[in-house]
Amino acid sequence: MREGFLQTLFIIAGVALGVAVIVFMSSLINGLQGSIIRRTLDFQAQIIVLPPTEVARSLRQTKTKPANNAILIQPRAQRLRSVDQWQKVRSFASNIKGVTVVSPVVSGAGFVVRADANRAIVLTGIEPETFLQLIALKTKIMAGTANLKTTDIIVGKELAQDLGVWLSDKIILQTATGANLTLTICGIFDFGNKYSNRSSIYVALRTAQSLLNLPGGATSVEMNLVDPYLAQVVAEQIQIQTGQKVDSWITNNAELFTALYGQKITFFVIRLFVGLTAALGIASVLVVSVVQKSKEIGILRATGTTRMQILRIFLLQGALFGLIGSIFGSAASWGLLIAWRNLAKNPDGTPFFELSFDPMYFVYAGLGAMLVGIVSAVFPAQRAARLDPAVAIRG
Amino acid sequence: MVKPRNYQDNFNKADSNNTADTGITLQLVAIKKAYSIGTKAETEVLHGIDLTLKRGEFCALIGPSGSGKSTLLNIIGLLDNATSGTLTLTGVMTAGLDDQAITKLRAKTIGFVFQFHHLLPAFTAIENVMLPLIATNGYPNDAMRQRATVLIDKVGLKQWGAHLTNELSGGQQQRTAIARALMMNPALVLADEPTGNLDTRSADTVFDLMREVSKNSGTTFLIVTHDPRLAKRCDRIIELVDGKINSDKPNNAVVKD
Repeated sequence: MREGFLQTLFIIAGVALGVAVIVFMSSLINGLQGSIIRRTLDFQAQIIVLPPTEVARSLRQTKTKPANNAILIQPRAQRLRSVDQWQKVRSFASNIKGVTVVSPVVSGAGFVVRADANRAIVLTGIEPETFLQLIALKTKIMAGTANLKTTDIIVGKELAQDLGVWLSDKIILQTATGANLTLTICGIFDFGNKYSNRSSIYVALRTAQSLLNLPGGATSVEMNLVDPYLAQVVAEQIQIQTGQKVDSWITNNAELFTALYGQKITFFVIRLFVGLTAALGIASVLVVSVVQKSKEIGILRATGTTRMQILRIFLLQGALFGLIGSIFGSAASWGLLIAWRNLAKNPDGTPFFELSFDPMYFVYAGLGAMLVGIVSAVFPAQRAARLDPAVAIRG
Repeated sequence: MVKPRNYQDNFNKADSNNTADTGITLQLVAIKKAYSIGTKAETEVLHGIDLTLKRGEFCALIGPSGSGKSTLLNIIGLLDNATSGTLTLTGVMTAGLDDQAITKLRAKTIGFVFQFHHLLPAFTAIENVMLPLIATNGYPNDAMRQRATVLIDKVGLKQWGAHLTNELSGGQQQRTAIARALMMNPALVLADEPTGNLDTRSADTVFDLMREVSKNSGTTFLIVTHDPRLAKRCDRIIELVDGKINSDKPNNAVVKD
């Protein structure tokens, strides 16, 4: 490596560039994915336990000869129902390892009315002490508080504008059951989505129960986990144990997951090609080196260097290319990450998204680059070790 | 070819560099070398060479181009295998030894000096001299450096030890190569046209140095040369013609120091 300085410099620069791209892209893509998932989970629970879907049963259905039944079953309309014994479900879910919070929710359709204005809404009855840990409602409150009492209501920014109301104003909440209540606005939220801001309202659990005629009931039991990616597994476990219908955010956002998976595959392919390019670069430099240094290799063999030692020299050289390249690459990617953090900002100064910065990326990139270096040195090293010293010295 | 009963025993003998028992450094018996064996192009370049070199002999190997000098030197230097015949080096029969054992034997008993010194340009003269010891013993240490420094002094390059080899003249480079060849205190030094690339004055200096080493340390030298002037200064002249030893006689005319 001491010789052919320029050659060495170029290949180390190539490896460094590859490492920098991989580390920077890893931080960027993982940060972006984390941001998308975080934003998704800000507004929905990771696992939702719902009452089982009601099905219509045929009176003529027999177990013995089902093929003889020519019947048409019309799907049954789904009533608003409570999860059966939701307190038991809640208790069971709370004891599952990894579950951080469990909250009952009552949800249904209704209208808000103020003077001549009325709007259709989805009302959500919550237990503030648990529900506020479940979704990021608290951080989205732009005025007032999220801590509801039974006579309070939280509305979205656009709905408040439509109704011409603000904090402490009173509005009437009506439901299809005919129940109506006058509630005081205690908080106004902004989810950053006009549709949600216009159509969602939050009231206390007990208020929602009486408005929707579900005394003591809960239309869903919702929960979060330490690791959101375990949601599907835990959901299936709860479904088996409780017999309820259980959805996870993974199945509810299948499209998002497909997109993220596609992104993951794309990034893997990019990494593969960057690695291959670096490997081919190292291999080509070493192959040229074997040809250029064949006389020296012959001399080393003549002076007592074994084939295995020659093999080791070239493998070590490959590993060193990888290691030195990864050190420079890590430094370069560090600089790129800092530059990104300082430059890629929203107009309000907040970052586009938080970069996923894990020091282990450098370790993995370093080990990966060394491995690539060693693997790409195998062929040149074998070639060098196989050189016949007499032929090599003669040239 | 008679195989020894236990190669390891033979090899252990080599470890002790035991040449004093017989006084014979090298013995070749009926060495033949052919290329492209079994094909129409099969060519035999050495036709049964018998040769014995005693301890401390200073021999010239001469002959026209294509006579098989380099092939013979490669076989003696364990860089190439003979097609048939036996080679005994410092009492060790080499037949049947594996590559690692051959490499070890070569490192311990043979030093090489080539026409083109083949020093590693990225290393200093002392580092180049240390190479054989590093190859066999591992990482460089003070003892190795000390021995290399002594050898560099011995070849008259005291001031040049720390210089990169491409900063040295042709004669100085060749003297460095001689120091490298002596690093393992070999029983036999094989020199292939060691002065072929040097001017007359440098050639004489290098030649005198090899003679002096041979005289003082009892190292056997086999020097391939085309230069009749230098050949005449050797104790023994072996002439190879068409793959056979044409003449092998002591050089009575040699000027003894």
